[in-house]
Amino acid sequence: MLRDALTFQLGYNATLVTVAAVLLGFAAGVTGTFLFLRKRALVSDAIAHATLPGIGIAFIALTLSGHDGRHLPGLLAGSAVTAMSGLFAVQWLSSRTRLSEDAAIGAVLSAHFSLGIVLLTVIQTMSTGRQAGLENFLLGSTAGMLLSDAILIALGGLLVVALVFLFRRPMSLVSFDPGFASTSGVRLDRIDLTMMGLVLGVTVVGLKVVGLILVVALLIIPPVTARFWTNRVELVVILAGAFGGIAAWLGAGLSASAPDLPTGPLIVLVSFCLFAVSMALAPRRGLLSSLVRHRRFQAGVHMRQGLLALAQGQPIYEPLTIRLLKARGLARADGMPTREGAVRAARALRDEKRWEVARATPELELAAARYDGLTQIEDVLTADQIAEIDHRIGPPEAVQ
Amino acid sequence: MNGEDFVTFSLTPLLIGSLAALSCALAGNFLVLRRQALVGDAISHVVLPGIVLAFLVTGTISTWPMLFGSAVAAVVAVVLIEAIRRFGRIEPGAAMGVVFTAMFAAGVLALEQSDTSGVHLDVEHALFGNLESLIWLDATGWASLVDPVALAGLPPELFRISLITVVIALCLAVFWRPLAISTFDEGFARTLGLPVRAIGLGIVIASALAAVAAFDAVGSIIVIAMFICPPAAARLMTNRLGAQVAWSVAFALIAATLGFTLAGSGPAWLGSENAVSAAGMIGTVAGVILACAALFGPARN
Repeated sequence: MLRDALTFQLGYNATLVTVAAVLLGFAAGVTGTFLFLRKRALVSDAIAHATLPGIGIAFIALTLSGHDGRHLPGLLAGSAVTAMSGLFAVQWLSSRTRLSEDAAIGAVLSAHFSLGIVLLTVIQTMSTGRQAGLENFLLGSTAGMLLSDAILIALGGLLVVALVFLFRRPMSLVSFDPGFASTSGVRLDRIDLTMMGLVLGVTVVGLKVVGLILVVALLIIPPVTARFWTNRVELVVILAGAFGGIAAWLGAGLSASAPDLPTGPLIVLVSFCLFAVSMALAPRRGLLSSLVRHRRFQAGVHMRQGLLALAQGQPIYEPLTIRLLKARGLARADGMPTREGAVRAARALRDEKRWEVARATPELELAAARYDGLTQIEDVLTADQIAEIDHRIGPPEAVQ
Repeated sequence: MNGEDFVTFSLTPLLIGSLAALSCALAGNFLVLRRQALVGDAISHVVLPGIVLAFLVTGTISTWPMLFGSAVAAVVAVVLIEAIRRFGRIEPGAAMGVVFTAMFAAGVLALEQSDTSGVHLDVEHALFGNLESLIWLDATGWASLVDPVALAGLPPELFRISLITVVIALCLAVFWRPLAISTFDEGFARTLGLPVRAIGLGIVIASALAAVAAFDAVGSIIVIAMFICPPAAARLMTNRLGAQVAWSVAFALIAATLGFTLAGSGPAWLGSENAVSAAGMIGTVAGVILACAALFGPARN
């Protein structure tokens, strides 16, 4: 069943939903990357919640003018208008008053959403309002999606991706270094506005599939996931799009494969799973690799200090140090060095002594700054410099 | 509306709405000042999975398991956000966005999957609450306020939200100085030997308590609106913390009473039969108050 869903074999409607969702997921991931890098991820939450009163107003206007209130393009146009007013309210509150951006986001989000709820209850009392199903915009609903709706969502997604491609350079510049961007002639406010406009576009297009409460997840989670894998902005953008698309494809497929599985929440949860796996396993920035790096560093410090202690005949009490030395065959259980341990210990002590001299020598100041108790001095100084230092220390003694 | 109807149908929802607004606004002052306003947003989203979890475990809609479940969910969310922020090196806004959307999605999915047909538990109820239904059927007029039999029939939500409001107000009064110092100058607070991290955590826990108790009665919309709008508006009125808290209390009470009245009677003045959502109206009024403060507040810049 799931395989059928994922390979588009599950009938017309499921295929329609999946294709639209994948395009939406890709567009959201790509757009969200810039929002995330600009550290304004949660502005999208305000935009998303601000769509609700617009949906209500559009429904009322359409109904009063004698049209079908459920006309999707009309509702989306209405939602875009109040989303824009919400966006401007956030900008205005955070730039013109002393309120910080997070307070502005929370205030705009809750006030618009409250107004939207009031309008929904007004609509429920209208004669045509009972079957309006506007609550579906809260959590999304893909049941009974029309071909025209799917085409609208897919086209919207494509348009957003095309615009991101067009503005990718100024937007990456602004995301990384707003100060540099503005001195090199990029109009900060315009690029910010373009970015937010694209976010608004994705939000509006995504209302039908994932709903206004969860659409921010598509904008935030894939870019955060992609960020674990690479430091290059173009790659983050493409990976975020890919993660968004994959999450939408799997989520929509799972949702179609059994009853009572809502599409929006499933897409978000698949997306979160991709995030969790990436955070755990990604090279360099992932938890596992951080842990390995930490362990390696810890072992290095313990080995070095243990060898120095052995060389100076001091007793070792630290259990981890003894365990590490024993495991490498450098010390016996009673803490006495083995033959090889004594050699390595003498070498470590000599290295330490060389560093000590190097740090006391003004000409070697720069190189000596790299002393961290782990780096071998051979990695930093030339053979000639070391010979010079050794000349001052005196020749090595034979290990008994 | 005569006194009898007022006591039966309006007094308790009005009180519950006001107390919910009050407790959230009190905690919200410190969230706004510490730039943690969106913690309130995150908490109000993750209450849903907590409640669904409590329902799945106990199989009933009973209060204490639900309060416990949502408190657990709030703590899990805070820990996850902190872990992602610290170990994943992700900025706090994005970390929050990842956690609360995923937890909310899990809550919705669990709700759809479980059989909740026999009980009153759905997403819309969680979002909007149902303030209008918290009526006091045993009341027969103002005299019922001193009648023990009638008082026993008060909605239990009233006791819970009163308790939480009193607890939060007491904490505020007792810990006023450390709260104020650590909010404005964390470094100075640390040199004084104040437990800065514990105070920060305490504020988040108090907010979670307020959110859960208010959520139980009035839905998450009021929670977010009251955490942020009255304190933010109060911030634009004054430079003094004491005055700010006082303004936020006033704004919260005005929003609750005006919003409730407008929702109940407003449509009738316009010639319509049906009332609109009280929770939504209270949030809207709070937004309007903030807009006025942003335009005319004496300390807006």
